[in-house]
Amino acid sequence: MPKIVLEGLVKRYGSFEVLHGIDLEMEEDEFTVFVGPSGCGKSTTLRMIAGLESVTEGEIYIDGKPVSQLEPKARDLAMVFQDYALYPHMNVAKNMSFALRLQRMPKAEIDAKISAVAETLGLTDFLHRKPGELSGGQRQRVAMGRALTRDSSTFLFDEPLSNLDAKLRGQMRAELALMSQRVKKNMIYVTHDQIEAMTLADRIVVMNGGYIQQQGSPEELFKNPANKFVAGFLGMPPMNFLDGEITEKSGEIFVQGQGFSVKLSHQKAEAARAHSGRSVTLGVRPSDLVYDPAAAEDQSLLVSIIVSEYIGAQTVLLCDCGGQKVEVELKSTIPIDRNGQLRFAINPEGVHLFDKKTEIAL
Amino acid sequence: MNIANKANRLTPYVFMAPAAIILAVALLYPIGYMIYASFLDWSPSQRIGEADFVGLRNYVNLMHDAAFRESFWVTVKFAAVVVTLEMFIGVGLALLLDRNIKGMSFLRTIFILPMMIAPIVVGLMWRYMYHPTVGIFNRTLKDWGFEGIPWLSDSTWAFVAVVMADVWQWTPFIFILSLAAMQSLPRSALEAAEIDGASDMQKVIHIKLPLMLPVLIVTLMLRLIDAFKVLEVIMVLTNGGPGLSTEIVAMRIFRTAQEFQELGEAAAMSNTLLMVLMALTIGMFAYNKMQEGRAAKMQAMAAKGTA
Repeated sequence: MPKIVLEGLVKRYGSFEVLHGIDLEMEEDEFTVFVGPSGCGKSTTLRMIAGLESVTEGEIYIDGKPVSQLEPKARDLAMVFQDYALYPHMNVAKNMSFALRLQRMPKAEIDAKISAVAETLGLTDFLHRKPGELSGGQRQRVAMGRALTRDSSTFLFDEPLSNLDAKLRGQMRAELALMSQRVKKNMIYVTHDQIEAMTLADRIVVMNGGYIQQQGSPEELFKNPANKFVAGFLGMPPMNFLDGEITEKSGEIFVQGQGFSVKLSHQKAEAARAHSGRSVTLGVRPSDLVYDPAAAEDQSLLVSIIVSEYIGAQTVLLCDCGGQKVEVELKSTIPIDRNGQLRFAINPEGVHLFDKKTEIAL
Repeated sequence: MNIANKANRLTPYVFMAPAAIILAVALLYPIGYMIYASFLDWSPSQRIGEADFVGLRNYVNLMHDAAFRESFWVTVKFAAVVVTLEMFIGVGLALLLDRNIKGMSFLRTIFILPMMIAPIVVGLMWRYMYHPTVGIFNRTLKDWGFEGIPWLSDSTWAFVAVVMADVWQWTPFIFILSLAAMQSLPRSALEAAEIDGASDMQKVIHIKLPLMLPVLIVTLMLRLIDAFKVLEVIMVLTNGGPGLSTEIVAMRIFRTAQEFQELGEAAAMSNTLLMVLMALTIGMFAYNKMQEGRAAKMQAMAAKGTA
């Protein structure tokens, strides 16, 4: 299956620029997820790849061929839309076979294909229903089926799960993951939901404000976020950020702020030593904070609870640390003094430092 | 308590009373009057009470009245021709103009202008244009070296002439309704069709037209009902002539009452026309009901599917 390359992709509506030069290479048969808040340009990028939006500047290469001037149908793509975009006047079978019928494929072949796809998606009983007679989840499946019957080299998904309720979304997400393992194709998927991005992607592309913030495997991005935006966007509950300053005391490197002073591990200290005296943001995920009353003072945060959210096995605590907010997680069975101060040990590997002004990781 | 209750129950009827009174005075009374009149042998010199009651004689006469049958046929022919032409041109224009080009809103306004002109004025305008010597059509034809066309004096051409005037005036009605329908089509379904490989023409045939069909059918019915009642333009242009070639039913009714002074027979004709239009209207409502029923059934099924 072809390799897709974006080169200096720019999109302007009049004088308003929404994409500022997107460069990206997607490997063959890769599941790429564009993720970012609404208005970040992820859908626009997808629609430009699809050919539904014109390219202002730059070029899209599919298999080395520039395609930005080609019609969507010449690009060998299938797409699943956010609102499913089913043809309301056609039944499920007709919806799924529309492209094939336009290609004048023999009827027997179409029927065989439709029944095979319907089988895998559990739509066999609904082939003669119209979209209006289906539930949201079923419509979603039809939209998926319509893309699958095409046998295109590339599948585009534009927030396909965002119109489903939470339970169904989880279920469909799992099915999608299964499908992507079975069908080895290029998949490009747009979502604002970081959980979808983390669970489905081979490669995540985090976008914000019309720029790519960072791209890489979910693990890479989670472990080594390039900047504060990526760090805060991926992970649930989100990373905590505390303002502080890098200081050096008797050869050791500390991050010091209101109510905390954290000694950096050797590895981190090496990187931070050059920035001594600089204002930084200390980032640490709730999962890297462990309740430990006996932790060393320079390896922990001392916090007091503001709000406690019981969610079953876990309790999420919104706490105050020297005037700054910190979220921590705790097993609900651990007894704690709700009115006193709690000490949480910091996993030294989980410390992230960002320049305060540029927000870029040090 | 009891009185208050009673007053409460009466309130809605009080609010409805003005509308009901207007309806009764302005609609039901004249229709009743007309139905009654259609059973009378009544000339304008008599008061209605002095006219002789003749039962269904007026209707029986109509059956045997070749002139009425001819005018009925002309009306059907006229309605069928103009509505067909208007549907094709109107929907075609809408398909062409459903896009974002500069000045499109201005163009759209221009296109719907004819609809806003009073029919009498339209008739007069076209009569001047059809004038055998100074009209723009024949002058142009002569400039190009062709013979002039007897627009309003030849029975075939006269029919063509009234059809052209009507098409000119009422195509915009269909244009504007189908444009509105087209612009409310789901954009993403059209985009999906594009991805599925449909050409512009295939999008029109497989997606746009089928999705517009409910609106188009209602538009067609409305235009058909209207075309059956056409009067002013034809009256000004040809006055029904030459011969009976453009004498539509409304024209015939007018002449029966005015020239032949047969009020009872004119009333019977009106009732006949009314019944035809009623059938069309009921057909339209039945179609709407059917659509609603189908939509309701669909939703019920979808709800069941979710559960």
